[in-house]
Amino acid sequence: MSALRILVPVKRVIDYAVKPRVNKAQTGVETAGVKHSMNPFDELSVEESVRIREKKSAPGGVEDICVISAGPPKAQDVLRTAMAMGADRAIHVEVKEGEDLEPLTVAKLLQKTVEAEKSNLVILGKQSIDDDANQTGQMLAGLLGWPQATQASKVTFGEGDSVSVTKEVDGGVETVKAKLPMVVTTDLRLNEPRYASLPNIMKAKKKKLEKKTLADFGITNERRLKVLKVTEPAPRQGGGKVEDVDGLVSKLKELGAI
Amino acid sequence: MLCTARSTAARQLRSRIAQPYTSPVAFLSPAALRRLASTLAVLEQKEGKLNHGSLSAITAAQKVGGPVHGFVAGSNIKPVADEAATADGVEKIIAVDNGAYDKGLPENFADLLVENIKKGGYTHVIAGHTAFGKNLLPRVAALLDSQQISDITSIESENTFVRPIYAGNAIATVESSDPVKVITIRGTAFAPAELGKGSAAVEDGADPKTASPTEWVSEDLAKSDRPDLSTAGKIVSGGRGLKSKGEFDKIMQPLADSLGAAIGASRAAVDSGYADNSLQVGQTGKVVAPQLYMAVGISGAIQHLAGMKDSKVIAAINKDADAPIFQVADVGLVGDLFEKVPELTEKLKK
Repeated sequence: MSALRILVPVKRVIDYAVKPRVNKAQTGVETAGVKHSMNPFDELSVEESVRIREKKSAPGGVEDICVISAGPPKAQDVLRTAMAMGADRAIHVEVKEGEDLEPLTVAKLLQKTVEAEKSNLVILGKQSIDDDANQTGQMLAGLLGWPQATQASKVTFGEGDSVSVTKEVDGGVETVKAKLPMVVTTDLRLNEPRYASLPNIMKAKKKKLEKKTLADFGITNERRLKVLKVTEPAPRQGGGKVEDVDGLVSKLKELGAI
Repeated sequence: MLCTARSTAARQLRSRIAQPYTSPVAFLSPAALRRLASTLAVLEQKEGKLNHGSLSAITAAQKVGGPVHGFVAGSNIKPVADEAATADGVEKIIAVDNGAYDKGLPENFADLLVENIKKGGYTHVIAGHTAFGKNLLPRVAALLDSQQISDITSIESENTFVRPIYAGNAIATVESSDPVKVITIRGTAFAPAELGKGSAAVEDGADPKTASPTEWVSEDLAKSDRPDLSTAGKIVSGGRGLKSKGEFDKIMQPLADSLGAAIGASRAAVDSGYADNSLQVGQTGKVVAPQLYMAVGISGAIQHLAGMKDSKVIAAINKDADAPIFQVADVGLVGDLFEKVPELTEKLKK
């Protein structure tokens, strides 16, 4: 069994608990002064990689866990967090603030990275909670011609480079099996990410963080989708409260719901 | 005239072709012709049964304009293709009869689609934003070097689409410059095309017969006689307030029965083991938009609201009068769900 060289792409996004506000110019969501953190699904990817090493669940062992993020200088914060959780090293591909990359561009960047780093397992979050696209992992697998297992709730390793993945699908779960190298995307049920402890946060400061640019990978930020406008969703008016169950039933009848 | 936007040019071209037009059309260049829209709607089947929910792709495809072809693949596909051929608005069904595609594995299904997209010269490819569509279409998009547009809720023109971002807290309108637009649609935003109204031709598609490196091992689907959550007209949904799996079942099932409703759950209820994962409603679960959504013991976190706030009527029962769910509910009842829900169930039965 080959030793695992895991690549974990992570994204810095507006914290999941913050209610995003559309900016006045209707060009996007207000990001200045808003709390950001690691995309929750990416925390699961980092946690899973570290657990594979700790639990020695892969017969060939884990040789390397490399995290990568393409984003503004502040994306380094989420890379440090990932290293504090147990990743070995990080690559930061610096992109100017506000110059987001589309999933296809990210997938192309990751394809180049996989080739350079000789990764044989890429674990991504199933979607980022800002763009909600749910594309990058599948696109990467397509570009590499690798097997893919999306929305994983369980990953197990067998002999001869085989990997079984239980996936969340509509109506239940499904299990598929493939051989390394492969791409896996995480679902919320996969694990519970750990909190980085203070000593580990200190140690992470000494881990290697390589700085690169898109040009280093021969990639340009080509945008295929032009955002014409971003608006607030139509507001919903709460209809007020009723006193008792009878009131509820008659209101529902009045609204034609029952 | 020559410098009009391409969408306008294409629209005018179509109308000119539809009606006999006498004056010379100067801009009818090959490049302009290529821009005429034609859409492939990817339909789903499972064990030889057409997934009727997937017919939403045909409805969406009609909004693009231009001819709409449907696509199905799997073993013994003829009856599925014949049924899909009766869908309103579809011109042709392309069917590939091969058991290798039964499980919808993206590794060979993506190659299959790409081959048929290229052969048919489609400008748009549309599938549902379901587990199948989410798994497959981005792979197809990457192989076509196209930036996919996910989970759209509206089609403004053949290259302009509307989609929610940030868990539905913002709505983005985007314009695609890709020659082939690969799109997944939000099922609740497009009604499935009606069956029994059309009589499309069924044609064999190309089959590249790519071997899949992934093997399908097994599945474990939650069995239920209740309506399917994503298409149900009424949904009763339980949250952390139910306190245990036993209470969840005891309270929610009779309520669902009295309304003929599907059962949903919040992430808190699913994580605590009260309900199956597949019942989760929200940003990371299912997005629903029924006639009636009744939230029981659910506070209304933004991730949950993302999955249900387009419901026609929202009702909430919660003991916390300040719960955010009351800000979106059309009718709210503050009280202990363990008293109020059984009382409601009784009154609904009458």
